[in-house]
Amino acid sequence: MNITAIIINGIAFAALIFAFIKDKDKAVKSIKIAFKSFIKMLPVVLIMIIAIGLLLGFVPPEQISRFVGEQSGVGGILLVGVVGALMHIPALLSFPLAASILENGASVTAVVAFITTLTMIGMITLPLEIKILGKKMALLRNGISFVIAILIAFIMGMIL
Amino acid sequence: MKPNEKQADQRKKMIRSWIFFGITIVFVVVLLSIFPEKTGPVTSTAQEYFIEMMVILPAVMIIMGLFSVFIPNEKVVKYLGKTSGIKGMAISILIGTIPTGPLYIAFPMAATLLKKGARVSNIIVFLSAWACIKIPQELVELRFLGVEFMFLRLILTVIFVILMGVIIERIIERDKRGNIMDKKRGE
Repeated sequence: MNITAIIINGIAFAALIFAFIKDKDKAVKSIKIAFKSFIKMLPVVLIMIIAIGLLLGFVPPEQISRFVGEQSGVGGILLVGVVGALMHIPALLSFPLAASILENGASVTAVVAFITTLTMIGMITLPLEIKILGKKMALLRNGISFVIAILIAFIMGMIL
Repeated sequence: MKPNEKQADQRKKMIRSWIFFGITIVFVVVLLSIFPEKTGPVTSTAQEYFIEMMVILPAVMIIMGLFSVFIPNEKVVKYLGKTSGIKGMAISILIGTIPTGPLYIAFPMAATLLKKGARVSNIIVFLSAWACIKIPQELVELRFLGVEFMFLRLILTVIFVILMGVIIERIIERDKRGNIMDKKRGE
């Protein structure tokens, strides 16, 4: 267990104790919800972990770096951004995937582009967003989000 | 959707993901029997990431569970409805970071707020924060990608999201004014 894991567990533990002191029933309900969401998420987590295992086991770092590494260029980054916008996986699970390709030859820019478009833009939920918030607002939000995600990616790539 | 239907729907979704998991396992077993030399690297990587995930996931879920029970959505709508200016922006971001479910839950909330007269910029910031600056997400990002990466991306995201909110508000307000002018000319 490293330090961040300890901090995260510490926060959860402290919050839980505080919740129990404040309202026992609500605290119990929170744990039930947490347990349910954990079980619900588990198969997706396992699939993701297996996917990372296969990716790193079968695709050599040179290949990863060729597609999403330093030399992939602006076109490569845009492509990664589009993939992120189209994919519909829980954001929580995109981080281990991002870390695994970052350790194996992907560039910071590509990884940031992927995570940021993945979380900000939802092509699958876009029809719903248009229906509820209107075409103009939904399209502007998703369109501009894509642009800023790419900008953030390049800025991070320059700094880190 | 009625509670019963919702439950049945969720159960269906879960069964589907377990089936998908089963298919994945079969696929992996077949693949590794064709390439037995890959078994070592694949299982050791998977095991490493499994442990990394399991030491934080229960805690992250507990934090999310606590938030969803102690801060219900109605409260969020109440707070966001009466904000403005820089303070409004800050509150929009803070409330957006509270982990209470996926983005599509926030759409109806945003629509309600807009009808009640909330500023477009605040709503855009709120939606974007909801989408990508959630507390559990930041914790997992911290764990896997490090302090520097997480904080830098967080700061940049906040800056650009506020900028986006202002730009979209300008566009939408301008178009509205344009429409009114057109109507007046037509009269």
